[in-house]
Amino acid sequence: MSEMQEKYIKSFKRQRYKVLFFRILIFVVFISAWEASTHYKIIDSFIFSSPSRVTMTFINMCKNGQIFYHIGITLMETLVSFSLVTLIGIGMAILLWMFHSFSKIMEPYLVMLNSLPKSALAPILIVWLGSNTRTIIVTAVSVAVFGTIISIYTSFNGVDAEKVKLILTLGGNRKDIMIKLILPSSLPMIISTMKVNIGLSLVGVVIGEFLAAKAGLGYLIIYGSQVFKLDWVIMSIVILCIIAVILYSIINQIEKVYTKKISG
Amino acid sequence: MKSIIYIKELKVLNIKIGGSMKPILEIGNVSYSYHTLQGETTALNDINLSVMPGQFISIVGPSGCGKSTLLSLISGLIKPDSGSITINEKKIEDSNTNIGYMLQKDNLFEWRTVYSNVLLGLEIQNKITKSTTKTIDDMLKAYGLESFKNARPSQLSGGMRQRVALIRTLALEPDILLLDEPFSALDYQTRLEVCDDIGAILRREGKTAILVTHDLSEAISLGDIVVVLSKRPGKIRTIVPIDMEIENRTPLTSRSSPKFKDYFNLIWKELTDHV
Repeated sequence: MSEMQEKYIKSFKRQRYKVLFFRILIFVVFISAWEASTHYKIIDSFIFSSPSRVTMTFINMCKNGQIFYHIGITLMETLVSFSLVTLIGIGMAILLWMFHSFSKIMEPYLVMLNSLPKSALAPILIVWLGSNTRTIIVTAVSVAVFGTIISIYTSFNGVDAEKVKLILTLGGNRKDIMIKLILPSSLPMIISTMKVNIGLSLVGVVIGEFLAAKAGLGYLIIYGSQVFKLDWVIMSIVILCIIAVILYSIINQIEKVYTKKISG
Repeated sequence: MKSIIYIKELKVLNIKIGGSMKPILEIGNVSYSYHTLQGETTALNDINLSVMPGQFISIVGPSGCGKSTLLSLISGLIKPDSGSITINEKKIEDSNTNIGYMLQKDNLFEWRTVYSNVLLGLEIQNKITKSTTKTIDDMLKAYGLESFKNARPSQLSGGMRQRVALIRTLALEPDILLLDEPFSALDYQTRLEVCDDIGAILRREGKTAILVTHDLSEAISLGDIVVVLSKRPGKIRTIVPIDMEIENRTPLTSRSSPKFKDYFNLIWKELTDHV
């Protein structure tokens, strides 16, 4: 290795450590400032909670197992909603692609449903479906599904016309165009909508749990704020953050494996 | 120039070349128009053409004269407004003659390996058997692509990609091969190489081929016959049989033949004169 190359790698590494250092610094400063200001009564720990109180609450709830129950409920609801969104999104996009007039007719309705704030639907859904898990899942699905249909359908239509012609010249029909060309070429787009959807599903589930749940992290947040157990609220928010990051990185990992496979 | 025969009537030509042979492809009085809300564009007007088995036909013409439309019509992707196209005396829909079509771009699928790209046509037509895959293996070997079987298309050069596309087309064992400017996306040097390669391959396999191009030297060096189309609406302006008077001609030897220049000037004049 030449001297210049060594220098370059050194400076690259230094840059990376610098970024990592400041990331950790921000976290440490934030947590200690929070803890210190509640300790010296600058802010009221009853309203703002504190890192130590959040940690204690978490440890206690771990001991009696309660927290796992709530996390499990929220996770299950999120994963079910996410799978439904993905399946319905791809399925509807295929239908729209197969029936061109149908897609033309549906276009304004899809655009309208997509831009509608879906949290407005939740109260109606409770009346219609009852205060239960089903309502929560339907709410979460409604948050993400319309955008997914539109994105995937747009990606289907963006397929190179020359490649479609190729399939036709090889004697293929519309089914071959879908299976051999459109689905595989839209896979990167489908994965990237999944990245968005996993977050949106979590948002939808929490909205649903606010209104119609007896368990789950969203329920814990609403209940905690009503009985002034702010420790519960903050802890649930922190756990939601961690869940969101983990779910996102799982999809990210899937994407990486896929891209690696493609680039050989 | 004397040796070049001008024949406007194709039937005469058939007698000269084919004798008792029956044409593999016959195009009779074919017209085609494109429709948009802005109006109607006649792309082809009253096209007549007969192609004998094993013949290599080059079609040249100004851009937008409907050259590619003609290939789409022959392949059955679109139907003519009027006139008929028959293959081995059968209508395209009823004919079981395989038509291979090579497009301008190689259109290789990046999510497939070279090998499974080549298999695409067979896969679609449910024709993957021991003997068809053996043919493919032989072709990959013959065209120097064997060691790239499991590579991704992005790892290949432009010329190699075009050869993969050719194998994909030939894998279906077409009786007629349609070539729509298949070399136009390549740089000049690769273009000459691939043109020679593919010309040699097609001659060796004895395929009937119809090449559409705007490159006159390509048309002359590859074709047995050069068909000159007029500006839109495309009509057959003239048909020039090419005879380089050399044994086993290849695109390369054709280009260095003394008669090449004469043909070039003649066809160039035909293309530019009447516009």
